Amino acid sequence: MSAAAPLLQVDDLRVSFATEDGLVRAVDGVSFSVAAGEVVAIVGESGSGKSVTAMTLMGLTRGHNARIEGRARLGDTELLSASEHELQRIRGASIAMIFQDPMSSLNPVYRIGDQIVEQIRAHERGISKSAAMERAVELMERVGIPRSSERLRSYPHEFSGGMRQRVMIAMALSCSPKLLIADEPTTALDVTIQAQILEELRTLREQTGAGIILVTHDLAVVADIADRVIVMYSGRVVEEGTIDELFYDPLHPYTWGLLGSITRIDRDRSQRLPAISGLPPSLLNTPKGCHFRPRCPHAFGRCTDDPQLIARVPDNAEHLDRCWLELDRKRALRVVGDQIGLVSPETVVS
Amino acid sequence: MARFVVRRLLVMVAMLFAISLVTFLLFIVALPNGNPAALIAGRLANPAEVHLITVRYGFNKPIWVQYIKTIANIFGGTAYSYQSYFNVDAEIEAGLPATISLALGAGVIWLLTSILFGTLAAIRAGRYTDRVLTVLSMIGVSMPPFFFGAILIYYAGYKLGLIPLSGYVNITNPAQWLWHLIAPWITLSILFVGIYSRILRSTILDTVNEDFVRTAKAKGLSQGQVLRRHILRNSLVPIISLWGLDLAQVIGGGAILTESVYSLHGVGYLAYQSVSHLDTVTLMSIVMLTALAVVVLGALTEIFYAFLDPRIRLQ
Repeated sequence: MSAAAPLLQVDDLRVSFATEDGLVRAVDGVSFSVAAGEVVAIVGESGSGKSVTAMTLMGLTRGHNARIEGRARLGDTELLSASEHELQRIRGASIAMIFQDPMSSLNPVYRIGDQIVEQIRAHERGISKSAAMERAVELMERVGIPRSSERLRSYPHEFSGGMRQRVMIAMALSCSPKLLIADEPTTALDVTIQAQILEELRTLREQTGAGIILVTHDLAVVADIADRVIVMYSGRVVEEGTIDELFYDPLHPYTWGLLGSITRIDRDRSQRLPAISGLPPSLLNTPKGCHFRPRCPHAFGRCTDDPQLIARVPDNAEHLDRCWLELDRKRALRVVGDQIGLVSPETVVS
Repeated sequence: MARFVVRRLLVMVAMLFAISLVTFLLFIVALPNGNPAALIAGRLANPAEVHLITVRYGFNKPIWVQYIKTIANIFGGTAYSYQSYFNVDAEIEAGLPATISLALGAGVIWLLTSILFGTLAAIRAGRYTDRVLTVLSMIGVSMPPFFFGAILIYYAGYKLGLIPLSGYVNITNPAQWLWHLIAPWITLSILFVGIYSRILRSTILDTVNEDFVRTAKAKGLSQGQVLRRHILRNSLVPIISLWGLDLAQVIGGGAILTESVYSLHGVGYLAYQSVSHLDTVTLMSIVMLTALAVVVLGALTEIFYAFLDPRIRLQ
């Protein structure tokens, strides 16, 4: 797992936004680290704070209504307190980002090549336009865009979604980033294209040794590519562990719910897919104690006290969770109908 | 591109035809302003002379014949005002230099000023600068040219002697030309700056939240680069198209108030006089000029549009 000095170390990150309705605590004390060459997935449903966490590392959530606390170190740089000027040099160079919707993430009025060149020239002063163009062609070839030197002159609307996402990856690669943040990179794409894009990310990791933060709500993607998983719920990390630990020994009921609600080829198809009942709590007014308590069928008296994110499995300091249940009880409760889940598929009314 | 041009030209011809038909029916048929033959003959004419003119001008012919004849006259330069006997086309031609000078100068001023003000208001949205600019644009929108013009002429012209009181000097004397046009340019621009800067402000505020702007920031571009290359460039499309049409209107004599206040004897001034005399032939000719200007500038704007937004070419 993580080496002595991780590439990125995030400590107690808190992000809140002042809105007309009150203070929204989007991220509420998140800590994690990413090592070089490691793929860390941040999983959670919409509104869990996973995207805000990712964007805050890039300084993209800064604004006069945002309050950002905590620490996030990338090498020697403290990201959260870096000046706008310092951030400019970091963005796109040390940290690159790929966004969810490749359809809208590229500027429709500029040629693909110019958009890649723009990023190269933003970080390498003095590189000639033609040299940057050559680099752009190489990058596009590297991410599998055929006839790159022609397609350089195309506009984004002349590309398919998958090809546009490849362009985004090419752009992200242009300055050999140490850390790549991929915010739902495959959500807007077909499944076959998804697989190709994930393959691209895997190659990238192998070739450059970059650390990758993969923000997603798709556990299939996580299983495919991640080394470690962070499960977020309502602005907090509720479970963290290696991919095997998360899939085979999940300790938090929310993780069970996520695992129980994915489609599986070995599941009886006549049954309805179990969903976690209820909605995530409003971030304006989070429940006292465990945030998952109102939706958790296993909640008991102690859950009104805040559970800490700590290691609860003997001899394993890396598998953390935030649930008061006894380890043995967890292992018993999570098995519903031969599988891991929050509620038994039979109890789901169709 | 060739297909685009041909299609565009056909649309232009069809539009001009439709507009000419409607204006003809409105001005010549629905608003006859008495017997045109009697108007031409004058007050002292006898019925025989009126009849002679009726036959000579074809006022007794079917309407469609009269329509064709009128249009042929207007486009052939042989249309004469029934009231004042002048050659309408020559009169419009005489007014065009003043009007085009007014339109182009004011157009450039109001476009650049509103880009400046709109951008400033957007990046300072909700703050002091934005509020001041909001109030200013409200004043600008509600400031009638005759009022503002009168103030400028009285204070800056009469009291301080900074600007000439009125009139137009031909561009062959550039210094005088410029000096005489400064006040009309400002007066005409104020109204448009108010509207345009508001539109640009809201377009920019929409564009700021686009995903590609986030991408641009994530690339490591400076705030200025993000603003110029990604936000402003994409926000200009709506006001550029508006600009083409407004400019066309001014060229077609739309700046009636400004031209009248400053006695710029342009197309707008001619329109004002023809309205007050119910000079239908002149009015119809001016409407056709406006239509022509709108259609031509509309096409040019569309071409520029395609340049600003490459997706438009396909549609």
